Amino acid sequence: MVELLLILISAVFVNNFVLARFLGICPFLGVSKKVETALGMGMAVIFVMTVASVVTWFIQYLVLIPFGIEYLQTIAFILVIASLVQLVEMVIQKTSPVLYQSLGIFLPLITTNCAVLGVAVLSIQKSYSFLESVVFALGAGLGFTLAMVLFAGLRERLDLCPVPKAFRGTAIALITAGLLSLAFMGFAGLVKG
Amino acid sequence: MLAAVLTIGGIGLVAAVALGIAAKKFAVEVDPRELAVLEVLPGANCGACGLPGCAGYAKGVVEGTIAANLCTPGGAESVEQIAHILGIEAVTADPKVAVVLCQGDNQKATAKYRYLGLDDCNAAQKIADGPKACPGGCLGLGSCERACPFGAIEMTPEGLAVISREKCTGCEKCVAACPRQVISMAPLDAMTHVLCNSHDKGAAVRKYCQIGCIACHICKKTAPEAYKVENFLAIVEYEHHLEAAAAIGKCPTKCIRDFSTGYPQGSSYPAPSVPVNRDSAA
Repeated sequence: MVELLLILISAVFVNNFVLARFLGICPFLGVSKKVETALGMGMAVIFVMTVASVVTWFIQYLVLIPFGIEYLQTIAFILVIASLVQLVEMVIQKTSPVLYQSLGIFLPLITTNCAVLGVAVLSIQKSYSFLESVVFALGAGLGFTLAMVLFAGLRERLDLCPVPKAFRGTAIALITAGLLSLAFMGFAGLVKG
Repeated sequence: MLAAVLTIGGIGLVAAVALGIAAKKFAVEVDPRELAVLEVLPGANCGACGLPGCAGYAKGVVEGTIAANLCTPGGAESVEQIAHILGIEAVTADPKVAVVLCQGDNQKATAKYRYLGLDDCNAAQKIADGPKACPGGCLGLGSCERACPFGAIEMTPEGLAVISREKCTGCEKCVAACPRQVISMAPLDAMTHVLCNSHDKGAAVRKYCQIGCIACHICKKTAPEAYKVENFLAIVEYEHHLEAAAAIGKCPTKCIRDFSTGYPQGSSYPAPSVPVNRDSAA
């Protein structure tokens, strides 16, 4: 139990996927202009990461290892994750139009997001058990959402600030992202691993 | 080698079959007219129609729950196209543009206090009802300029919002963004406006603004049809806007402006051409 909690905390704060591992930077910068959309994107990522880690764990241990073709891990994972997300998108669109409105548009964006693939590959590398890899994926998603929402909040405030002309737009966004990453480095002493 | 090919091929095949079945089973039927309507809408997602985004409006129009002429950015052209798609008669709304009813920039209007806060009119308005002595005038911090999805608003160097009559599509986003209700919607072909938003008495207006309406009623006497004076503020009756121009020279504070002679002082926009009104031209 303690082990699982450590994995969770470590994935959310210490090894935050965006701010410490530099994975998933594209949506982090692209969809973070408003807290609302950042939260929607975050929820979609949590969901996809968790589902993807479940499926890829089974692919790895029931298909790739028994056939001795672990070297095909990356391509197999991308294939499975992409089609899975597509499937989920279709099901949501049919069953819950409301959820589709808030989540649906983000799903295609993250089919082959490196953060999602990163979770799958990392939990195999760390030879996590099934439960551990699910918790790890959940933590990674939560950490991603946390970073997104914090950053979107900062950017919303930045919009109202008298930013020097040369720094406006992407420049100040990148500087802010750097400072946020710096702040997250402070968690490094929290959990070892 | 064979195992690798078979495995990846197998995974791909399973995924393809699953997706194929899902696409059939979970297919959501979209009215093709909805897509066609969405095509002719400008895609600004401005919300002027009162629905969330152009897709929402297209859906509403096709279902018949909302009128077809509410897309102001699309104008008469898109209304006609929508009407054609749906096989209904086009009823175009008179095109309107937003006008900032104020000419009191930082040179002409007195400040109440020195404001150093956030660059945002709504924030400034919360501090003792805004930094301008005039209770109705433009605060000049550019909230409307940032709200405009079409880049139709500029701030003059002296802090006055000016809306381009050519770029404005009438989406009313700026009207909602302004904390002082100084922006109003007026017919596109009405070029003459009383550019003042202060309801104070003449003596009070004179104290804080060189170019405000002092409710002297001279415009009303010159062109009785074209003006009304309410709460110490003259307003153009837009149904009779063509007669309003007669009073421009008579106004003692020069707060009536004919936009065809140019925008308020400090604006970089060239004088707009007078639009041809379809009804009066015919």
